[in-house]
Amino acid sequence: MIAPPFEWLVALRFMREGRAQSSLIIIGVTVGVAVIVFLTTLINSLQASLIDRVLGSQAHIVVRPAEELAVPSLPRTGTAIAARIEPRAQRLRSIDQWEQIYPLLERAPGVVAASPMVSGPAFATRGSASKSVVLMGVDPDRYRRIVKLHEDIVAGVFRLTGTDALIGIELAKDLGVTVGDKLRITTAEGGADVLTIVGVFDVGNRDLNRRWVFTTLRVSQTLLDVPGGVTSIDLAVSQIFDAEDISARLTSATGLQFDSWMRTNAQLLAALRNQTISNRMIRSFVVIIVALGIASVLVVSVVQKQKEIGILRAMGASRRRIMVVFLLQGATFGLVGSLLGGALGFGLLQVFATIYRNADGTPIFAPNLDPQVLAVACVTAIAVGLLAAAVPARRAARLDPANAIRHG
Amino acid sequence: MAEPVLRLDGVRKSYNVGTPVEAEVLHGIDLVIEPGEFVALIGPSGSGKSTLLHLVGLLERPSAGRIALTGRETTTLDEDALTGLRGRALGFIFQFHHLIPAFTAVENVYMPLMIERGHPDAAMRARAMELLARVGLEGHEHKWPAQLSGGQQQRVAIARALSFDPPLVLADEPTGNLDTHSADDVFALMREFNRERGITFLVVTHDPRLAQRCDRVVELLDGHVVRDERIRPGAPS
Repeated sequence: MIAPPFEWLVALRFMREGRAQSSLIIIGVTVGVAVIVFLTTLINSLQASLIDRVLGSQAHIVVRPAEELAVPSLPRTGTAIAARIEPRAQRLRSIDQWEQIYPLLERAPGVVAASPMVSGPAFATRGSASKSVVLMGVDPDRYRRIVKLHEDIVAGVFRLTGTDALIGIELAKDLGVTVGDKLRITTAEGGADVLTIVGVFDVGNRDLNRRWVFTTLRVSQTLLDVPGGVTSIDLAVSQIFDAEDISARLTSATGLQFDSWMRTNAQLLAALRNQTISNRMIRSFVVIIVALGIASVLVVSVVQKQKEIGILRAMGASRRRIMVVFLLQGATFGLVGSLLGGALGFGLLQVFATIYRNADGTPIFAPNLDPQVLAVACVTAIAVGLLAAAVPARRAARLDPANAIRHG
Repeated sequence: MAEPVLRLDGVRKSYNVGTPVEAEVLHGIDLVIEPGEFVALIGPSGSGKSTLLHLVGLLERPSAGRIALTGRETTTLDEDALTGLRGRALGFIFQFHHLIPAFTAVENVYMPLMIERGHPDAAMRARAMELLARVGLEGHEHKWPAQLSGGQQQRVAIARALSFDPPLVLADEPTGNLDTHSADDVFALMREFNRERGITFLVVTHDPRLAQRCDRVVELLDGHVVRDERIRPGAPS
């Protein structure tokens, strides 16, 4: 084993000599890091599960045809012809040339899956009961990569061929139907067909469970009178927070309308952002307090060790090496404190996850320690330790050895 | 003749320079010490002994004049070079031993070597053990300074000062806080190292009894050398 260098040896011995002080400040750093690790993990995983729930029944990006605009029929002469231009009602339309655009979207950077959809309003009728629904024609193999509907099937199978239909659990209840029953669908466009229920799903949202009816693309195209067309294309992206950027990029490239989940859920995002900001503020204050703690311990240590510093200087230790001795102490406080703090934070998370649970008994969040959070905490704590030690270390290095020995 | 271990030419030292309380403590000291000499530096309190020792020890810089250590002019060296020279050429023995309490006796002894080398090794440990045995502290090697008596601590300090065979050892009242018996022991030990290894000593002392046992006595009074007398033959020339 290579013996530790002089600076390490002196730093560790000084810390051991001031055991009480060293222990107290390490406890301080530990608590600080534990708070940061605990809070960050808690907020991150709560946010992740919230986003997960929101995105569980939603595409990351929905592509629609550009809105139809009212264009004044007369050439502009500089004088206003009409005081007001009425916005046009948006009819159900197909995306122009969708079969050419679709492969481009599928291959766009950041996009991991795309799924065409034909959707529009319809009525589901059984006997004398009639319910207003949203008819959604999809290709099941593609759609399952956008919304994991196949995981939400509670009865029957996830399959769409011929006149198969998948309906929500609430609609099934309302109409008194189950797997194998027939369902009549009529649309405002005059289409009508009888579908066979092959599966019942529960996406965790009563409203959607009541309104969604899935069929094949072809059935929906016929019923909604968009032969060969699709009314929207759903996209999934690899980094969910890139959705807005990808939307903006694709909008300018295609002229179509892109709605990212971030825009559709702007309020949720604002709330998450505020939560993140307050977490960041708490972290900053903890970091400042930890830094002040380390600095004050080392300032006292430098005063107490004046004589020893003077002797070391007299025996040939340079100013730089004395400085390193104190910087190492700061860094060590940071490192040890952050490792212990990581462990304590992990423990707190386990306790928290055991005590607080969802209504159905599952943990509110996964009490897993993100290695990245721990790594950031360690690196920050070491950097803070070094920074906090800088002032005392400079003081130590500048001590006049003759004075230190005389008055020490 | 060999290069003098120490040569002082017109060394002056003032404190609080440029202020109304400016005071010159040393008024032009000339002094030459040859290899192997054992020199006592005496004088009443405030005569400038300790200041002179700090100047020679490169812990402070003179206001004027030149100091050459083993033939090397020091007044032109920068801070780092001074620190390096101090580590290589000078051994220090202080009045209050000044061992480092966080290190054991043997670690204190090889501290100067460790500073020079950057890390401890087996050879320096072996040498430190040998020196501790030489100063009569066998069995005490791994004790902390606080577990040793005053006399034992001062022996550790002597071993430390000699750990790297420095050309010159500076001792500031090395027996000042010891009882007569321990003081004699410690003094005898320094003398032995001086005779056996030819190490040069400059010893500041209040004790006229000890001064009489040195080869040469330099007396300071109010910042002047008032006496420089070889009282004992046999110092190498």
